[in-house]
Amino acid sequence: MLSFIAQRLIQSVLVMLTVALIAFSMFRYVGDPIASMVGQDTTPEQRAQLREQLGLDDPFVVQFARFVGNAAKGDFGISYRQRRPVSELLEERMPATLELSFVSAVMALALGIPMGIYTALKRHGILSKTFMAVSLAGISLPTFLIGILLILVFGVQLRWLPSFGRGDVVSLGWWTTGFLTKSGWLALIMPAITLALFQMTLIMRLVRAEMLEVLRADFIKFARARGLPERLINFRHALKNTMVPVITITGLQLGSIIAFAIITETVFQWPGMGLLFIQAISMVDIPVMAAYLVLIAFMFVVINLVVDLLYFAVDPRLRVQSK
Amino acid sequence: MIARIAPMFARAADSDLWHSFKRSPGAIIAAIVTLIILLGALFAPVVAPHNPFDLASLSIMDANTPPAWEEGGSPDFLLGTDVQGRDILSAVMYGSRVSLLVGFASVLFSMVLGVTLGLISGYAGGRIDSFIMRIADVQLSFPAILVALLIDGVARGLLPRDMHDQLALYVLIFAIGISGWVQYARTVRGSTLVERSKEYVQAARVTGVAPLRIMLRHVLPNVLGPVMVLATIQVATAIITEATLSFLGVGVPPTSPSLGTLISIGNQYLFSGEWWITVFPGAMLVLIALSVNLLGDWLRDALNPRLR
Repeated sequence: MLSFIAQRLIQSVLVMLTVALIAFSMFRYVGDPIASMVGQDTTPEQRAQLREQLGLDDPFVVQFARFVGNAAKGDFGISYRQRRPVSELLEERMPATLELSFVSAVMALALGIPMGIYTALKRHGILSKTFMAVSLAGISLPTFLIGILLILVFGVQLRWLPSFGRGDVVSLGWWTTGFLTKSGWLALIMPAITLALFQMTLIMRLVRAEMLEVLRADFIKFARARGLPERLINFRHALKNTMVPVITITGLQLGSIIAFAIITETVFQWPGMGLLFIQAISMVDIPVMAAYLVLIAFMFVVINLVVDLLYFAVDPRLRVQSK
Repeated sequence: MIARIAPMFARAADSDLWHSFKRSPGAIIAAIVTLIILLGALFAPVVAPHNPFDLASLSIMDANTPPAWEEGGSPDFLLGTDVQGRDILSAVMYGSRVSLLVGFASVLFSMVLGVTLGLISGYAGGRIDSFIMRIADVQLSFPAILVALLIDGVARGLLPRDMHDQLALYVLIFAIGISGWVQYARTVRGSTLVERSKEYVQAARVTGVAPLRIMLRHVLPNVLGPVMVLATIQVATAIITEATLSFLGVGVPPTSPSLGTLISIGNQYLFSGEWWITVFPGAMLVLIALSVNLLGDWLRDALNPRLR
């Protein structure tokens, strides 16, 4: 168990270093950082001084080590366009993205798992067929199109919901939340549905496939032969074994919710990190791009790690093996 | 010539694939829809009722015409026009051309890259194998769209602005292609590992056939089945990715709009009530993705020996 954790930790650190290397190379070699930071009328002496100050003449390894050290402290330099520390920009935007992702994840899980169980148990029911047909559409419809259609129907034609922004937010120290106002909740509905829909269909199809697989297993047949009530078989025995792979994949999906938030945030002009990233790309604001990349990678790595450890807790077979 | 081609048709008509195709109505409908869209896109300059890029033929008087069946619509513009008076139907046909081109080209690119690396990885094994697969693991832990976005962002920084607009299409194909190679590499590596230990490969090796020749002539044809299934489904994914990138404003420039660009342009007029500028390119995109996905699903089931 311990050696497994140690091994996974080393792996995670290696992945983070690789990502940091990519981010650093972007910062250092895509365009000239000095030219992007100073104005047209800066003298060559001033440029040389800034170059010296930032240590851009040091050997590669030294510069990279400094980059990693600064990144670990949350310092990603200064945005080329907004002339403000990148960490400040990200900190401002992070609550919006995390609240949106959290609500979408809860929605996707709370609807996707029951729908998956239902379609597996009542395979030939009309409702199951409808769920499956809808889910095919959910996979073929690009996320941004779902958002646009929602805006068209509920924002433009029916005028029920606000179609951009976050509504009124309440500031709680460094965290701003939209959970405490009515307009915040109203503004959240459409973006959250847009972001949740794809994940929901994915979770539903996964739960259904896993559950069908488990229901075919011998121990279920045996349970039936023993005369256990159907409810007990389905929910005590089958569901429990279905959840193991579901936890892994759902965990990994949580990471991609944060990444897919880029699209949703652009459609709804949601003031989160994704929107910041898209603006950074179109304006070639490298420090912001690099910081976002490292941050997303960090979230992915942490989620992967937690999922792996959770796997240990859920699946008793793994614990026996490692003894 | 004919003597050689005729038996090929006869063989194709008698193959399992064709028989399975004839028995699945979903696949037939999807194939017909795909074919119509492909022909429409390919011959857009001939078939399209207007040329949306010929500035001389555009008239501001025609701007914002609703579709023909709505009040104020004109039979000249079946699906209406946009703010510049461009015919939406023609724009959609020209747009699908760009979308399909990017979709097919990027899939071809990631397929060649992925199959090559997968073959090398599976056949060579050892350090090369673990190196390639580590890269694949790292890339796979990020969503494809993020990888494509990053490559596009870096290209923007590396290329001068006017050059980037010219090369935008190629940058896009490269970015989407790179974001998709891992799945091919993994699939091909897996099947190569299986094939490598089989007798025919060992026989070839013993008789002194060069490794490159074994990989290309003997192993490759036997691992191509799953690759074809993957490629079909990836075409739909690539087209959606392209549309998403163009919608986000980092894809093809508005001078030669793809479906995504058209949707993005139309999105600005959503609030003033001109829904048709967005909805029709969007519907086309969904139609393409849905029919290609259906074809891919059918191909996967038809080629899967376990389901026969």
